[in-house]
Amino acid sequence: MTDQIHRILQHVQKPARYVGGEYNQIVKPRQEQDVRVAFCFPDTYEIGMSNIGMRILYGVMNGMDGVWCERVFAPWGDMEEQMRSHALPLWALESHDPVKDFDMIAFTIGYEMCYSNILNMLDLAGVPLLSSERTELQPIVFGGGICTVNPEPLADFFDFFSLGEGEESTVEILNCYRNAKKQGLDKQAFLRELSHVPGVYVPSLYTHTYHSDGTIAAITPAEGAPALVQKRIVDDLDHAYYPTKGIVPSTEIVHDRSNLELFRGCIRGCRFCQAGFCYRPIRSKSPEVLVRQAMESLEDSGNSEITLASLSTSDYRGLPELTDRLLDYCEPRKINLSLPSLRADNFSRELMLKVQKVRKSGLTFAPEAGTQRLRDAINKNVTEEEILSTCATAFSGGWNNVKLYFMLGLPTETDEDVIGIARLAEKIHHVWRETASNRKRGLSINLATAYFVPKPFTPFQWEAQITPQEYLRRVHLLQENLHLKCVDYRYHESNLSELEAVMARGDRRIGKVLLEAHRLGCRLDGWDEYFRYDLWQEAFRRADVDPAFYTTRGFADDEILPWQTIGVGVSIGFFRREREKAYRNETTPDCRTQCSACGAKCLSAGGVCDV
Amino acid sequence: MFRLLFEKTDDAVYLSHLDLMRIFQRAFRRADILIWHSQGFSPRAYVSIALPLSVGVSSRCEILDFEIEDGSADLQALPERLNRTLPKGVRVLHAYESAVKVKHLAYLKASVTLEYDAGIPSGAVAAITSLFAGESVRIVKHGKKGEQEVDLRPLIRELTLCPVSEQELCITAIVSAQNPGLNPQLLVQAIEAYLPSFRADFARIERLEIFDEAMEVFR
Repeated sequence: MTDQIHRILQHVQKPARYVGGEYNQIVKPRQEQDVRVAFCFPDTYEIGMSNIGMRILYGVMNGMDGVWCERVFAPWGDMEEQMRSHALPLWALESHDPVKDFDMIAFTIGYEMCYSNILNMLDLAGVPLLSSERTELQPIVFGGGICTVNPEPLADFFDFFSLGEGEESTVEILNCYRNAKKQGLDKQAFLRELSHVPGVYVPSLYTHTYHSDGTIAAITPAEGAPALVQKRIVDDLDHAYYPTKGIVPSTEIVHDRSNLELFRGCIRGCRFCQAGFCYRPIRSKSPEVLVRQAMESLEDSGNSEITLASLSTSDYRGLPELTDRLLDYCEPRKINLSLPSLRADNFSRELMLKVQKVRKSGLTFAPEAGTQRLRDAINKNVTEEEILSTCATAFSGGWNNVKLYFMLGLPTETDEDVIGIARLAEKIHHVWRETASNRKRGLSINLATAYFVPKPFTPFQWEAQITPQEYLRRVHLLQENLHLKCVDYRYHESNLSELEAVMARGDRRIGKVLLEAHRLGCRLDGWDEYFRYDLWQEAFRRADVDPAFYTTRGFADDEILPWQTIGVGVSIGFFRREREKAYRNETTPDCRTQCSACGAKCLSAGGVCDV
Repeated sequence: MFRLLFEKTDDAVYLSHLDLMRIFQRAFRRADILIWHSQGFSPRAYVSIALPLSVGVSSRCEILDFEIEDGSADLQALPERLNRTLPKGVRVLHAYESAVKVKHLAYLKASVTLEYDAGIPSGAVAAITSLFAGESVRIVKHGKKGEQEVDLRPLIRELTLCPVSEQELCITAIVSAQNPGLNPQLLVQAIEAYLPSFRADFARIERLEIFDEAMEVFR
């Protein structure tokens, strides 16, 4: 007879994502494990399996004796319905054991709009949502990932957060848990112990108090918890664990290819970019190590594509050598090498022509702003001339479509900047008319604008977000100025970006909103078919929280910020200086041209950066 | 032309036809065999799987055709090399050269196991037997072309029925494989339409063997 899980799988879309069994998944004997970790990605299998961070930590944890880490993803709506109607609790893919029976439940959190999925997954697992309701040592719920640089909106639900890169700290954390379990410590004693592990933030050890105007009055640590928790980094990426024998999904995922991480951090310092500051200092891998890892990954996975992943691929010092060596390997094997995040400079143009031998990929630019004035203010160091000459090279080489990404609502933006976006599209069209090798195929420009979301740990962390009404006015202004038929313009939904801004800069009071939103049925908010803004509005009402406090209000320069307990290495003084420069439309040179003393190098051994 | 005979069982039944093609494309690469690629803008490794299985259906007799870029391969060693890296439930049984075209694949044998949680209802065997022994079994098929009425009867060559446990009733049928073929799932649908009181709580389906026009095993 067929069990219930296998019966419901007949009735859901893409059932392969719920059963595991892929090549290279790790299965260990249940009885021989000290610590079992359910590693949850709060979105679908297709998104989660594309995440490099999760693959790294899956390998790191399973590399430990006595530890078995398994994967868990958010079920799609149809699957959730089936699970709830048959009372089947969320299970882990490798063993199919219920998540609630695991020692530790870990979440990797990379996107603010997945917060409701975290609550929904805990609920589907049958685990109490609030940290305070889970009084035992099992299960412990913890999280990490870029969003946890401001973990406060999630503070009520998590027992602790692991900040920064987890290759080393996760091992320390798991060992600390193993000892606590052996010694029979209770949850409180374990968390106290753990709060001394560098990079670990235990939110329950901090009290937040508020002024009558709603701003934070004080954040007070207790029981010896550190006043500032610095994120962790890995010093030597050449010797750090990297998954070259990773799981090969049996079903199609979003990024269905091998990934090669060239370096961490970014030398550019775009003032809106959270990743650019939070992943500093800059640390590279050597070309030898990368070539070896590329060959190992491709041979083991059988993938027919490899992508070089980093925040700004062109800034990798050994790129010419690396791409030559990779192409020597890839071309005869018909493996496609893709290089996203290239800058629009001369060198990249040559590179683009070189790598398109196997398969031609798209041409994408993110100028972010329509005029040089605003690009200077946000320190996006790309000029119109660079964009146009790269387009010319591409069009004469046979490309006939361009993707352009911009943001609306950047600090200091005027109508002139908005109209500048349309002008840039026109200039690209003009270049195409002059340089296209085959004009019969026509040009297509896909232009998209996002609604600027100010993020913690950027020079714009204090800025007010423009109102949704103003955002839509600028969208319409741009639409009115776009006259070309070849331009397909799409803009981000304002509601989603407003909510993202609340989650990004929220404090602990947002926890109540999340709880209400979950009760109202919010989940899969990153997916248009599930996002219910009306329910979120109701959740804010019920929690008595005004979203505008976190979005359009802006934060005062001397205000205590909710994320003040966390350190990413970059100093607040640097962010203030950069903000002032933005107002003066002044650029800051990249880190290689001149170090701007952001402070991040204090995190690395010997205080070095980019060597 | 080279051909693989493989099984798709256990949780591999949830893999779609496209998933399976990708899995084999990768498995060949892992085994360091460069299979022939389609030409053009976006070259793809060419593999062809005969008679795509529905998701959820297991099989003991799947056929995959492929060509190798330099035209040679150690077929003897191939199943073992591929099996080392295939996901759970996909297993290559045999690799060989074949000149028999897939268009000669005429019949397939499948089992449909009807699961009755409260035990097989009395009268089920007789009722189901007589349903498929009748002159015609017309049902409405929901497909890509919309709703379409089909008669299953002429597509069924042989059909036997026997209980395999207190709760499981197994239909074994030899049906037409293509042009037009009969998806064994439709046998379940026919029971639901004509004999609602004998509707099973669950039905699991397995493809057991494939045959040519002369009812010889197809390879």
